[in-house]
Amino acid sequence: MFLLSALVIVFLIVISVRPSVIASGSPLTCDLAKAREGAGPGHPFGYDGQGCDVYTRTVYGARASVTVGVLATLGVAVLGSVLGGLAGYFGGLWDSVLSRITDIFFAIPVVLGGLVLLSVVTSNTVWPVIGFMVLLGWPQISRIARGAVITAKQHDYVQAARALGASDARILLRHITPNAVAPVIVVSTIALGTYIALEATLSYLGVGLKPPSVSWGIDISAASPYIRNSPHALLWPSGALAVTVLAFIMLGDAVRDALDPKLR
Amino acid sequence: MGRYVVRRLLQMVPVFVGATLLIFLMVNVMGDPVAGLCGERQCDPATAAQLRHEFGLDEPLWLQYATYMGNVFTGDFGTAFNGQPVTELMATAFPVTIRLTVVAVLFEVVVGVTLGVLTGLRRGRPVDTTVLLLTLVVISVPTFVTGLLLQLLLGVEWGWVRPSVSAEAPFGELIVPGLVLASVSLAYVTRLTRTSLAENRRSDYVRTAVAKGLPRHRVVTRHLLRNSLIPVVTFIGTDIGALMGGAIVTERIFNIHGVGYQLYQGILRQNSQTVVGFVTVLVLVFLVANLLVDLLYAVLDPRIRYA
Repeated sequence: MFLLSALVIVFLIVISVRPSVIASGSPLTCDLAKAREGAGPGHPFGYDGQGCDVYTRTVYGARASVTVGVLATLGVAVLGSVLGGLAGYFGGLWDSVLSRITDIFFAIPVVLGGLVLLSVVTSNTVWPVIGFMVLLGWPQISRIARGAVITAKQHDYVQAARALGASDARILLRHITPNAVAPVIVVSTIALGTYIALEATLSYLGVGLKPPSVSWGIDISAASPYIRNSPHALLWPSGALAVTVLAFIMLGDAVRDALDPKLR
Repeated sequence: MGRYVVRRLLQMVPVFVGATLLIFLMVNVMGDPVAGLCGERQCDPATAAQLRHEFGLDEPLWLQYATYMGNVFTGDFGTAFNGQPVTELMATAFPVTIRLTVVAVLFEVVVGVTLGVLTGLRRGRPVDTTVLLLTLVVISVPTFVTGLLLQLLLGVEWGWVRPSVSAEAPFGELIVPGLVLASVSLAYVTRLTRTSLAENRRSDYVRTAVAKGLPRHRVVTRHLLRNSLIPVVTFIGTDIGALMGGAIVTERIFNIHGVGYQLYQGILRQNSQTVVGFVTVLVLVFLVANLLVDLLYAVLDPRIRYA
């Protein structure tokens, strides 16, 4: 499981850094005369509604997904664990306030928040999408980090370090972080897959990435009206999307089994 | 019990205010609501100013929020900018989405729990491995892909169901959309039931029940399931709010005119009163569902008593 998903992920990273390794054409070179044609020599996936090569676009689409997934996860993990970790360690007022704030964010449906916030954005980069995911994603990690820190801080070695006169910063960094980081890593890895799916969903709804960006969500959305006559334009990007998400979720499962054998 | 409910209701207030305020601010960031009113062209400044005054948009933001919430609690959700009261839109949209959510939750409970029990009792066997892999696949395929594929296969290719749902949206037409809406949660319910069951199978009370010579089905239903279903109930309860809000995608694919459809239209047309009104109700649903789940604990597990 681990090996398979790791291989898929390495492959995805390679083609998102350098898509030209396996796709020679450009995703934006399209020939309307060939619109919705099936597979032919040199074009194994056929053409989409604009006459673009589906294979090339599917390969290039990996970049958007991987970028959004990785950066959003990093942002969420850092922000969530810092806020949640501090709340768990110091407790008190800040902890209660933060818990209520996370409650608030949990009450707002994610896709809905995305539609509202991103519908104003006209920028064509991945940044608004990433920013939105960090904004709505951090409470999830913050809750987990808070719980992990509260568990870790009750251990004897923390008491020992405190008795030896270690400062809060030292205890947090040297003693608590290494012992509380496992659940954050596990949940983040699984979340990476869901962020990729979310990016595609938002792009499908027309508020995520927008053309001429190349993204699986955009391609699936564009192909859905022609689903009856030329399903290939929809199936290939969908398949790529599903395999990518699956790989990250499987990796998360494998990491969890390794870090926390109790849950197996 | 009564005191517990009151305390929980009081705790809901800040969350409710926070969530609605947040969405209110988001919608205000969304852009000038008046701009969408004059069709494709720009409003002339005098008309825009008058409209702004009419809708109270020239007041400070906090006052707008306070006025709006005051109105909501007297049952006035405002007027959509096309002149139709938002409550009227809700009256047509919510029944449809509630039916869709009921179908989805039924799928989760019936199929999810059944599969979870089947696999939880047969860990490591082929059935278990197959179902586990299947749930992984279902979780990985985003809802909109599942929806489009099922629509293509069942609706278009094989002609088993109508590919799009009619305006009345009776239960029969909502089976496939409900399955699509439930799909990801269904997989989670299966996995959750399986893990929970497998954990509790090794516990002392199950061994005691078996040792007493109880028949297997009685051990499973009365002892094992009752204890294992608590996390599942929590998940399904919190999921109800998410399902209703997440129905945007499903409703778009199957052309269902429910809450998601109205919200999508509202957002596209920058119709802030519609958006805030619908979201307010969704947040309330989410909070009440969570409260009900906590009260259900006491029913499922008599050890939990709320003083």
